[in-house]
Amino acid sequence: MIPEIGHFSLILALFVALALGTLGVIGGQQGRADWMALARPGAQALWFLASLSFVCLTYAFFTNDFSVSYVAQHSNSKLPDIYRIAGVWGGHEGSLLLWLVMLCSWMMAISLFSRQLPDVMVSRVLAVMSLVAVGFLLFMLITSNPFLRLSEIPPDGRDLNPLLQDPGLVFHPPMLYMGYVGMAVPFAFSIAALLNGRLDAAWARWTRPWATAAWICLTIGIAMGSWWAYYELGWGGWWFWDPVENASFLPWLVGTALMHSLAVTEKRGLFRSWTIMLSIIGFSLSLLGTFLVRSGVLTSVHAFATDPKRGVFILLFLSAVVGGSLTLFAMRSGKVRAGGAFTVVSRETFLLINNVLLTTAAAAVLLGTLYPLIVDALNLGKLSVGPPYFNSVFAPIMLPVLFFMVVGSYARWKNDSVAELSKKLRPVAIVSVLLGCAAPLLAGAWSWLVALSLTLVFWIVLSSLQQIYRQLKDSPNWKAIPISYWGMQVAHIGIAVCVVGITMVKGYETEKDVRMAIGDTVEVAGYTFKLTGISEVPGPNYNADRGIVELIKNGKVLRTLQPEKRTYFSSTMPMTETAIDSNLVRDVYVALGERLTDGTSPAWAMRVYHKPFVTWIWGGCLLMALGGAMAALDRRYRRKAMASKAVSQGVPA
Amino acid sequence: MNRKALIPLGIFAVLVVFLAIGLTRDPHEIPSPFIGKPAPAFTAPQLQTPEQTFSGKDMLGKVWILNTWASWCVACRQEHPILMEFAKTKTIPVIGLDYKDQNTEGLKWLARYGDPYDLSITDQDGRIGIDFGVYGVPESFLIDKMGIIRYKQIGPVTEEALRDKILPMVRELQK
Repeated sequence: MIPEIGHFSLILALFVALALGTLGVIGGQQGRADWMALARPGAQALWFLASLSFVCLTYAFFTNDFSVSYVAQHSNSKLPDIYRIAGVWGGHEGSLLLWLVMLCSWMMAISLFSRQLPDVMVSRVLAVMSLVAVGFLLFMLITSNPFLRLSEIPPDGRDLNPLLQDPGLVFHPPMLYMGYVGMAVPFAFSIAALLNGRLDAAWARWTRPWATAAWICLTIGIAMGSWWAYYELGWGGWWFWDPVENASFLPWLVGTALMHSLAVTEKRGLFRSWTIMLSIIGFSLSLLGTFLVRSGVLTSVHAFATDPKRGVFILLFLSAVVGGSLTLFAMRSGKVRAGGAFTVVSRETFLLINNVLLTTAAAAVLLGTLYPLIVDALNLGKLSVGPPYFNSVFAPIMLPVLFFMVVGSYARWKNDSVAELSKKLRPVAIVSVLLGCAAPLLAGAWSWLVALSLTLVFWIVLSSLQQIYRQLKDSPNWKAIPISYWGMQVAHIGIAVCVVGITMVKGYETEKDVRMAIGDTVEVAGYTFKLTGISEVPGPNYNADRGIVELIKNGKVLRTLQPEKRTYFSSTMPMTETAIDSNLVRDVYVALGERLTDGTSPAWAMRVYHKPFVTWIWGGCLLMALGGAMAALDRRYRRKAMASKAVSQGVPA
Repeated sequence: MNRKALIPLGIFAVLVVFLAIGLTRDPHEIPSPFIGKPAPAFTAPQLQTPEQTFSGKDMLGKVWILNTWASWCVACRQEHPILMEFAKTKTIPVIGLDYKDQNTEGLKWLARYGDPYDLSITDQDGRIGIDFGVYGVPESFLIDKMGIIRYKQIGPVTEEALRDKILPMVRELQK
């Protein structure tokens, strides 16, 4: 009964979304205030229906209702409770439902926090998002219904993929989807602006906090995914340039460009076409990512059960959404170009340079991701593009971004002079180069790339500190400095922190693959690992071999690490649970491999890693997200809200 | 209408064409280096009667299929009904290779789902699978009268693959 309620509310949601979409667009064009007034309650109704459907599916998981095909495939009566809830989005159908719920939640948020927006804007934004929801609802109802029943009820479910049975599943997908889907918000604002034919500073100010909010979720979601892969897969890597990772990274790159472009549009009324284009591309890449993941056109570690019908549907949907918005862009973008002038040396220029670089980086990653598909489509053979391509293309594009980031935040709007800028930045530059070149020597081995990266890190951090110092000196009332300013500095320092992690891991990590019997030791980067025993440990739905490994430095046992090799009852693929000892400047990481039967005494394959500064990668991402949150919470967005409310109250109804 | 603004639309159209072609391809399909080469020699105990062995050489002069399966393999259940139907037609012999499996589990599996194989051999440590370059289960090899591998099906045998690829080749090879 409950699954049918879920199914039924999806169908109802489809009709609500259709109505909301058509009434919103037509109402906006014809100026029908009564139709536009439906937008907010309509969005709330849609959110309610989507959430109800989600709750029904969760209930089916929680009560082990294996008559529901999706539950039977992705759950098991022995599955721990928490994974029974998280298992809802452990497969294709359920994760689409999560996508929908997230989309509706953003709509709900807009309906609640949009009092400062004109009704026609709100109704158009919500209409565009409803039409996106229509696509996903149709997709689910036609090809991927999570509520389908089985005629023969299996005695037990097949179990959730053991790789997914990890706290990572609880947090990573919802956060990532929140960001992914959040890209629909600036997209909807852009489409609304194109329909409106009006694109001004006010529009940019409305869009900014939403774009930033989506970007924050995306940042945290990607960082969590990377961390999860790092500790779960046992390969010691934190980024694999897997198509699915790229699918989330592409909107992030474009989203970063979008946030900065929006800043220029708000402050200076410039780059309007750029801003609109970036928001369309950002959301298109989210949809493209969905296509790549769900259609099975690319091989990836994130395998969803694929079905050609699904691929065809998403491709049609993608074509309609992206083709439609690009056509609208071509028709209307002539109207929105305008704005003030700026000279070659100005903040506008540097922001533009970085936006072009970020977009180029996104294009390079997209090309690498799609290259196997293109080559295959042209009948030129099968190939895969791996980290060597991405690393060699991505780093040279991103290093200048780090350089210009600082120049951009120092330069004045409109017009600045090279002499002025270099006077401010020269001391920082010299100190950065000196420190950047000295640091690799201290770390043990000199390399150009490490020196260059670290120079840029010092460049970012020192110039931020100098800028903050000057700012405080110039305006003694530090309370007057808007929080968004601090947000920018925190986010930029976050980038630097992340780059430290990436550089140090790339430059100085050590790893060893060894065969170990009980009592054996192995040494990595000054740490001794001693395998003192292996015990068998039963889990709720698996059996594990647990290694007891002593971590020794200078003859002293620091702690005992307990890596596991788990065999889940439902799968023959053994899973590695790594044991990591983490502190601020390094991780040491042990993964228990296969049991080796070649010798006389029992032995195991073990992988041992020393990863300097690896946690800084994710720490940097969190700082970026924190900076974004500070920027989005700026009083400016709310103050305007109150001001315009006062105005609307002043006008008699 | 702004001409320059049409460029993104054009790029997107090209992208869609590639994505559409991509949909018709299978990225998992990796051309096997074994095609056109003699099947690796093997001799292995039979699943039902472990005291008897079976060797690839026993099949010389016949066109046959070697199908890898295992009781733990979920995708094998998908192709199983198709193999059952195919076995009924008695077109060519199908030999099962029970890959990295417990004999008792394998027998139980056949008893439960039906046995489409003329016979199955066991490959508990996966050695034969490695010789054949098996990436994952199920995979099926079509082997000709000379003992040469002619075709490899990666993943479950589907009705389309059987109808459009395997059967036409079988007819060709039986001539």
